[in-house]
Amino acid sequence: MIPPAFEYLRPNTIPEAITLLRQHGEDAKILSGGQSLIPMMKLRLARPSYLIDINRISGLSYIKEEGGFLKIGGLTREAELEASPLIHSKYPILIDTAHVIADPQVRNLATVAGNLAHGDPANDHPATMLALGARVVATGSGGERVIPIEDFFLSLFSTALQPDEILTEIRVPVPTARSGGAYFKLERKVGDFATAAVAVQVTLDGNGVVQKVGIGLTNVGPTPIKAKKAEDFLRSKKLSEASNRQAAQLAADEAQPSSDLRGPAEYKKGLIQELAKRALSRAAERAGK
Amino acid sequence: MAKKQLVGAKVNGREREAAVESRLLLVHFIRESLQLTGTHIGCDTSHCGACTVVLNGKTVKSCTMFAVQADGAEILTVEGLASESGQLHALQEGFKQEHGLQCGFCTPGMLMSSYALLHNNPNPSEEEIRRGISGNLCRCTGYQNIVSAVQYAAAKMAKAEIEANAAQGVAK
Repeated sequence: MIPPAFEYLRPNTIPEAITLLRQHGEDAKILSGGQSLIPMMKLRLARPSYLIDINRISGLSYIKEEGGFLKIGGLTREAELEASPLIHSKYPILIDTAHVIADPQVRNLATVAGNLAHGDPANDHPATMLALGARVVATGSGGERVIPIEDFFLSLFSTALQPDEILTEIRVPVPTARSGGAYFKLERKVGDFATAAVAVQVTLDGNGVVQKVGIGLTNVGPTPIKAKKAEDFLRSKKLSEASNRQAAQLAADEAQPSSDLRGPAEYKKGLIQELAKRALSRAAERAGK
Repeated sequence: MAKKQLVGAKVNGREREAAVESRLLLVHFIRESLQLTGTHIGCDTSHCGACTVVLNGKTVKSCTMFAVQADGAEILTVEGLASESGQLHALQEGFKQEHGLQCGFCTPGMLMSSYALLHNNPNPSEEEIRRGISGNLCRCTGYQNIVSAVQYAAAKMAKAEIEANAAQGVAK
């Protein structure tokens, strides 16, 4: 399959890229990993007249802790996340997530930022970033602005990014002591989108009582879903099998799956319930309950 | 006629160049512009991995990348595995010895994924091998013989390295 013709532009700096975005507006698309965009172009689901390849912009690929945040650069690849000792030691939920995205070759190119900016509710990092309470940095002609992740996903394939903005950084609050998270996904085969998946991040106090909790759901609605009722229920409660079960039920109630080739809606709700239970107990384990 | 741009890359150790349309996929650049047809087009939808090549040290699916993106890159394809004199790479020998192929269509991609795997992890466990080739589909073998082939190559490469180090010790 040959993608439709386009003009290829390769800026060397972020300001150059933004100028090009301003010039070409809705006719242009940013090309970073390209692992969702190129397949969509082949299928004519996307037909940008201009592709702005940001891969040669230097200084956009990093993983570091700074000022209370884990900062992930706009061009950081999934494979780099998987290989990072910092991520392995402090952010196992991100390892869980990166491990189940597509396959090794795709992860060598695919970027974490692209996984969010694409606005696909079937992608995996959105739920994880909702659980982690992340923020994203959008850089445009007006400078930088920081968007809380819960305000980022507007509708199917649509995000809060303006046409002249690039997602240049992801910021995850550095977890305090007794924090832990996990991502559980069911996929039919390696590389498939989730039939359903659940991300959980918790912070407990010395008695195992929930101080902070975030729960994100993948591919069970038009956008990634933050399971607010389940979160509210768990806050200030001691984690137990009974509370996990009730929270998982609430999360399943919040899911809005549709029936498709991956299964009927009821089955997916059941899956969310089971995966939420597992993710909650793994997160608690990792928090050192 | 769309505007063409010049793409240059070091492919299997040789500088190659061609003028291409921006929408030309890397796999077509390799197969058609450079006439290196060892790299296969399988599903053309980023699933099967038959088109896997090693680009700047990392495996990529060449059907899901534009040739213009590879400008200035170093690329290794299956043609670059054997020595100039035609001696097979340990992996190629392993696939032959362990019957790691039947129809052979997935083999170039399997070899390139295995090559990158052993480069990063010379002594992988069976699970690590299976994970390493998880982006490559094989419809014939059931994967078992492919795993054996990679294990064969890992053992052979480790032995060759021990011998090379010993020879160096003697030379000193």
